[in-house]
Amino acid sequence: MHEFAVCQDMLQQIESIVAEQQAAAVDIVTVRIGPLSGIEAHLLSQAFPLAAAGTVAEKAELIIETLPIKVKCQLCGAETEAKPNRLVCGQCGDYHTQLLSGDEMLLASLELLKEPQEAIHV
Amino acid sequence: MCDTCGCNITHANQHLVKPGGKLSRVEDGREAVTVLKNLLSENDHVAGHNREHFDRHGVLAINLMSSPGSGKTALLEASVELLADKFKIAVIEGDLETENDADRIRARGVPAIQISTGSACHLDAHMVHDALHQLSLDGLDIIFIENVGNLVCPASFDLGQHHNVTLLSTTEGDDKPAKYPVMFRAADLMLLTKADLLAVLDDFDPARAETCLRNLANTAPVITLSAKTGDGLKDWVNWLEQEVSAQRHRIKSGETRRPAIQPDGVQLHAHG
Repeated sequence: MHEFAVCQDMLQQIESIVAEQQAAAVDIVTVRIGPLSGIEAHLLSQAFPLAAAGTVAEKAELIIETLPIKVKCQLCGAETEAKPNRLVCGQCGDYHTQLLSGDEMLLASLELLKEPQEAIHV
Repeated sequence: MCDTCGCNITHANQHLVKPGGKLSRVEDGREAVTVLKNLLSENDHVAGHNREHFDRHGVLAINLMSSPGSGKTALLEASVELLADKFKIAVIEGDLETENDADRIRARGVPAIQISTGSACHLDAHMVHDALHQLSLDGLDIIFIENVGNLVCPASFDLGQHHNVTLLSTTEGDDKPAKYPVMFRAADLMLLTKADLLAVLDDFDPARAETCLRNLANTAPVITLSAKTGDGLKDWVNWLEQEVSAQRHRIKSGETRRPAIQPDGVQLHAHG
């Protein structure tokens, strides 16, 4: 699967932010994943420690927030929850809907450790 | 591909390290940084470069995705024959191993670059960027990127293309869009291929395949065709002609187009 590749891409981003913030290490990485992102949360959590080995996020905890699929109907205007393979309006059944949430793959936030020794104790 | 080839990782990093993280102190020695960027923003940054490169040369970039064996290369072989008088074409081929597909395209007199991904199950923007170093886009009208045959991973990676074309062959189930929603949601055009076999296949209903696509809230057109008999290829060629013309219009007005793969949600949230 491609979750490892996603982790590698994300870690490059994390390394840049850590360098920019002049931090010593990363303590917590929070990501937001929607079911339509093509990323499986449990595969991401398995891939993360392998990809993070030897990086500033080596000891970081990965928190994955999963978001529901929500669509807005362009016909009747209803906002309803939907399933990954059924994104039609939950109210009137029309397929002209706009996705409000559910395809996110966001690096939401990082919690950084500023002092090197703290990284060791955490 | 770039004038000075500055678009490598270092460049990408520079783009990313722009101050944008809202800083708030959590406790001594710790900092919380709000990022809100796509997990694949490194990839997306390079994809943006690729798209600019295509636009600068006035090329329409089409990403072909499907399961293995659905007829992507056969479609390209038939297409380059039909389009030879109208457009100058190049192809980037993605496979785990072999030059076979690129050889098939080159045999038709069309430049083809083969990307061998090794064990990677998808193309990413970096691979396409590297391939573009080997290819001159001068005078080209269309570049086809034939992705690795896979209905899962390729859908998550922007390559810099303008359109995603997803193939579904009649020897597969007509409910494939329901089984692989991420892939088929990303389609700007769905092609039902190997239509010549419909006569002997009683379990593939093109109408059902289209219903499954509509259930994904996807309004993309659907074309049923056979690269073997030529049936339906005219509709495909018409679609390409329209899109080449639309691309020329966009370039005149300084606009570009992103494929359906670009998640709206990410954009909304990234600004929030």
